[in-house]
Amino acid sequence: MVQDLLFTAPFTFLSVMAIIAMVLDALIVNSSRITFIFSAITLLFSGILGISTFGLHGIGFNGMVTGGGFAAYFDILFSIGGLLTILTSRQYLQRENIEHDEFYSLVLFAVAGMMLIAHSNHLLILFIGIEVMSVSFYILSGYMRNNAKSVESSLKYFLLGAFATGFLVYGIALIYGSTGSMDYNQIALNINNNALNFPALLPVGVALIVIGLSFKAAAFPFHQWAPDVYQGAPTIVTAFMSTAGKAAAFAAFIPIVTVLMPSAPVKLQMIFAVMSAATMLIGNISALAQTNIKRMLAFSSVAHAGYIMMGLVSGSQYGYSGIVFYLTAYMFMQIGSFIIVAILERNGEKYLELSDYAGLSKRHPVLAAFMTIFMFSLAGIPPFAGFFGKYFLFTAAIDAGFLWLTLVGVLSSIISVYFYIGLIVKMYFTEPEGQREDNEVGMSGLSLIITIAGVIVLGILPSGILSIASNLFNSTH
Amino acid sequence: MSLHVIMFSLLAILAIATGVLLVTRRNPVSAAVSLILHFFALSGLYLTLNAQFLAAVQILVYAGAIMVLVVFVIMLLNLGKEQNMRENFNPRTAITIAMSAALIMQLVLTFTGNPTGKNQLSAASEKIGSPAEIGNILYSTYIFPFEAISLLLLVAVVGSIILAKRTVDK
Repeated sequence: MVQDLLFTAPFTFLSVMAIIAMVLDALIVNSSRITFIFSAITLLFSGILGISTFGLHGIGFNGMVTGGGFAAYFDILFSIGGLLTILTSRQYLQRENIEHDEFYSLVLFAVAGMMLIAHSNHLLILFIGIEVMSVSFYILSGYMRNNAKSVESSLKYFLLGAFATGFLVYGIALIYGSTGSMDYNQIALNINNNALNFPALLPVGVALIVIGLSFKAAAFPFHQWAPDVYQGAPTIVTAFMSTAGKAAAFAAFIPIVTVLMPSAPVKLQMIFAVMSAATMLIGNISALAQTNIKRMLAFSSVAHAGYIMMGLVSGSQYGYSGIVFYLTAYMFMQIGSFIIVAILERNGEKYLELSDYAGLSKRHPVLAAFMTIFMFSLAGIPPFAGFFGKYFLFTAAIDAGFLWLTLVGVLSSIISVYFYIGLIVKMYFTEPEGQREDNEVGMSGLSLIITIAGVIVLGILPSGILSIASNLFNSTH
Repeated sequence: MSLHVIMFSLLAILAIATGVLLVTRRNPVSAAVSLILHFFALSGLYLTLNAQFLAAVQILVYAGAIMVLVVFVIMLLNLGKEQNMRENFNPRTAITIAMSAALIMQLVLTFTGNPTGKNQLSAASEKIGSPAEIGNILYSTYIFPFEAISLLLLVAVVGSIILAKRTVDK
C-alpha cells in the first residue's frame, strides 16, 4: 500500500493541493496573490516528488498505475510546464482583467490529469486522466468570458473534444470486448497468446483509440480544431495546452503503441507514417499563409505533432526516447515563444499580427533576441534544442526503414524555416510602425529565463537528457 | 412457458412499443413520456438478466434525472410549432432510411444465423449485477480509478460554475 501511494505521490499531492487552493480562495479575501504563490510552490514540490520517485519501478493499485521511470519523467515535465504557465499567468490575467483564483487550481487539475495519463497502466485510468485534462482545458480556453473568440474556442474545443472522447471510449470498449481486459500487460499477453474473444473487434478498437488520441495530439486529419482553439484561447492557456497537452497525448500513445504495435493485426506503423507525413506538411504549409502570430504558432504546433509521430513510426526504443527528448525541448521553446507573445499582447487581441513585430529589436532588444532563439529552435537550426530533437526522430525513422518519411520531414522543415525566419526578419530588418507603450516583463521574465536556459542547455548538451530518456525504455519495456 | 420467458416477452414488447411511440409522436411531451416508459421497460429487462444494480441506476439516472431535464428543456423552449412541422423528403432522409435498413438487415442476420455464444449466464456474470459485488470490486480492485474520477466530477462542477456565472465581482 505504501509502495502504491509512493508511485502516485506527485499526482496525489497535486490533486490534494489543487482542492486546498480552491478552498483558500473561498476562505481568504483577496486571495489571488496567496493562491498564485501556493500553486507555484505546489508545482515545484510535485516536480521534486517526481524526481524523488524517479528511481522506483513497478505497478501499483492492482495493476492500475505504473510508478517511477517513464511516469515520473513525465510528472516532472508536466510540473515544469504548469509552473512556467502559472509564473507567466498572473500578470497576463491581471492585464486582461480576468484574474479569478480558480485559474490556478484549474491549471493544477489539468497537470494532475496529465500525470494520470502518464501513470496509466489501465485503459480506465487513461480515460479518466484524459478527461480531467480535457475538461480543465475546455474551461481554461473559455476563460475570457467576455471575449467572443475565447468563448468560441472553448465551445468548439468542447464539442469536438467530447466527440473525440466518444471515439476513445468506444475503442476502449471494443478492445475490452475483444481481449477481455483493460490492463495493458494483460492485453498484450492475450494478443500474443491469441486468446481473443472477437478477433475482428480488435483492429476497430485500436483504430478508434488512435483516432481519439490523435485528436488530443492535434495530428492530421484530426487537427482542424487546433488553429481556432489555440488562437481564441488566452495566450498562456494556449502555451500550456499546445505543449503539456501534446506531451500528455504522446505519453498516452507510447505505452499503448508498445502494447499494440508488435502484435496488432493492423499495420499501425504504416498508418502512423502516413499521418505523420500529412501532419507535417499540412501544418507547415498552412502556417505559411498566416498573419496572426498565435495562429501561425498553432499551425506550427500541428506540424510538430507530425515530427513527434515519427518516433511512434519507428516503434523502437530509440524512437521513443527521441519523442521524450523532443517533447522536453518543445515544451521550452513553444512556451517560451508564447510567453513573449503574451508579454507584447494588449487586451482586446491587440498586437497579435505579425506586422506588429516589426522593429521589435529596437524597442526590446532582449525579447527580440530570445524570440529569435526560440524561432531558430522551432525551425530546427543548431545549436538549439529543436535541432537535436529533430535529428533523433529523423534518424529513428531512417533506422526503421522509413527513408521517405524522413525526406518529407526534412522538406517540411525547410518550408517551416520560411515563416520562422520571416518573423526574425520582421523583428530585425523592418521599421516599427508608430509608437506604443509596451507591457512590463515582470514575473514572466523568470519563466523566460527558464525556457531560454532549457533551449540552450538541451541544444548544447543533449546527451544527458537523451540517455535518461533512453533508460526509461530499457527498464520498463 | 417459464415465468422468465413471459416476463421477458412482456417487457420486450413494451420496450419496442414505447420506442416506436417515441419517434412517431409529434407532441414532444408525449414522446418524452414514452421514452420514460421505455427506460422502465429496459430496467425490467436488466432485472431479468440479474443486473439489479444496473436496473436501479437505469431508473434513477435515466428515467429520473435525465428525463426530468428533457421535460424541463421542452417546457422552457416551448416547442409548440413542432406539431405543424411537415417533413419533406430530402437526400438526408434517404440516407437515414438506407442506414436503418442496413442495421435491420444486420440484426436479422445476427438473430437468424447460427448461434455462436452460450445462452446461459456464466457463474461470474450471475453475481456481477448485485450491488454487494459491485461495491466489493469498486472498493478493492478499482479503488484508484474510483477516487480519481471524483476529481473529474469536481473539475466539471467548478468549470460549469465558472463559465455560467453571470457577473464576476472582484
